[in-house]
Amino acid sequence: MSSRASWRPWHAPRGTEVEPRPTEDVLRLADAAVKVGGRTLWSGVDLSVGAGEFVAVLGPNGVGKSTLVKVILGLLPPSAGTVTVFDDRPGQHNDRIGYLPQRRSFEPSLRIRGIDIVRLGISGDRFGIPLPVSRRARRRRRAEEERISEVIDLVDAATLVDRPIGELSGGEQQRILIAQALVRRPALLLLDEPLDSLDLPNQSSVAALVSTICRQEEVSVVMVAHDVNPILSYLDRVVYIAEGGVAAGTPREVITSETLSRLYRTPIEVLTTTDGRLVVVGHPEAPAHHADRHGGATHGAH
Amino acid sequence: MALIEASAGLTWNLVDDVRELFQYGFMVNALRAGTVVAVMAAVIGWFMVIRRQSFAGHTMAVVGFPGAAGATLIGVSALYGYFAFCVLAALMISTVPHSRGRAFSQENAVTGTVQTFLLALGFLFVSLYRGNLNGINSLLFGNFLGITDTQVLTLLLVAVGALGILVAISRPLLFASVDPDVAAARGVPVRMVSLLFLVLLGLAAAEASQITGALLVFALLVMPAATAQRLTPRPVLGGAIAVVLALAVTWIGLGIAYYSPYPIGFWVTTLAFGAYLGAGVVTRRNPWSRRTLGTAT
Repeated sequence: MSSRASWRPWHAPRGTEVEPRPTEDVLRLADAAVKVGGRTLWSGVDLSVGAGEFVAVLGPNGVGKSTLVKVILGLLPPSAGTVTVFDDRPGQHNDRIGYLPQRRSFEPSLRIRGIDIVRLGISGDRFGIPLPVSRRARRRRRAEEERISEVIDLVDAATLVDRPIGELSGGEQQRILIAQALVRRPALLLLDEPLDSLDLPNQSSVAALVSTICRQEEVSVVMVAHDVNPILSYLDRVVYIAEGGVAAGTPREVITSETLSRLYRTPIEVLTTTDGRLVVVGHPEAPAHHADRHGGATHGAH
Repeated sequence: MALIEASAGLTWNLVDDVRELFQYGFMVNALRAGTVVAVMAAVIGWFMVIRRQSFAGHTMAVVGFPGAAGATLIGVSALYGYFAFCVLAALMISTVPHSRGRAFSQENAVTGTVQTFLLALGFLFVSLYRGNLNGINSLLFGNFLGITDTQVLTLLLVAVGALGILVAISRPLLFASVDPDVAAARGVPVRMVSLLFLVLLGLAAAEASQITGALLVFALLVMPAATAQRLTPRPVLGGAIAVVLALAVTWIGLGIAYYSPYPIGFWVTTLAFGAYLGAGVVTRRNPWSRRTLGTAT
């Protein structure tokens, strides 16, 4: 096991080595702000994400949630404040980050199998001839194949991966992409709107899957979303970015009628269900889509 | 064609017929060149189809035509004209803004305009060249006569070099093709890989033009690859099937063209088209097709 770790660190099974920094934050933002085209998108963001935490970045479309992901990846510098990723500048340790960009669906005619997509997560950045000639290379190949089938089982996609990716549904593609992001054992998973364009059952199954991964693989997750309800029960921490400012903290601290109404500048109610779960009602983003659908359904019923 | 008189004609003995093909130096060179070109075009074509860059490939081939005509006009081998213009076209296409690998699409009216102009330019060059009147046909629709040893060697060296580079960048290229954003986040130099591929595609289009002519390069560049992708979604297997198909249509096409009065480009294209249609019929019963799996899950 330790010999494996010496040649490819991410192969080392988690927990076999002594963790020297048990309380290390994977990600820390202090009073961070960002400007795009001279306009400040958001400012005063304070956030720390610990190992194995599930954090959501919430807010209406267009406020710069994806921009936050880009800042974490080091693709865009913060205009003020500090951002540290793995105790370093952003972009220095992107090999330890699994990233899922927003709204990717493969063309229906794309004839590449799901397993090839997952495999690209491991070897997609390697130049050279992909023939395992030496014993070491063969051993590495075997370890990689084991890891690939492990993540495929983890996302429950064993029956999907031999089919062309373009033929899979949105939720199935999302699970393959999550497997691809996980295959190198990242310490941080950045998921940009993974629930977007999924139907409700798929939203909750992907949300549950991400939460399971978070616990099982001990990976920190930062998920961008505009609807909090499907993921709310799994979250350790939330960040709200809206026109009215920024709020970060635990769901109980942040998700209150007062805070959300102030951030969104519109009345929002937070209800507690009988089993103690929070539900956000009057979300300014969600109704825009739902209203149409309900309207259509009502017409159909009449 | 003059070949009919030169050959003994088609007999019913297939072995003798095939043996006769190898008795003439021009035919041996045609088979050698065809083999080199088929392998290269099939492999690079597989990536081109995955990357949805067929239009780019076609543009390069069409641009190759004035190159070849111009080369003939100034008295050098058409092959060098193909190479020069196809690679030039690749470099120009890569500068199209927002190209990012795949945005180079059918909607690009500028490319269509330039393409047509260059086609007309090639026509002008051919008419300026008052020598062989057969020239325009062979440049546009292919010709396998008179391929010299030097040309075969040139084709081989270019193909070996291009395929070597392609294999070396194959995994980053595939990553950048199916998922450019994630590939970039992973540190794949997406722009560099895409540019490199366009140049390789230009070389493949130039080589294929030598056999099929500028207008029929898709017979070797698209059809075998598209057929292979119909048959399997596995990358390595797909590439191998594309190569086998391209070799088959080239060899059989050359054989038929030798014995028939009709041009090589027509035969190769017809055979490749037949294979594509055949693959469509086969995949309906393919156990891995979606319908069969869909009922199982």
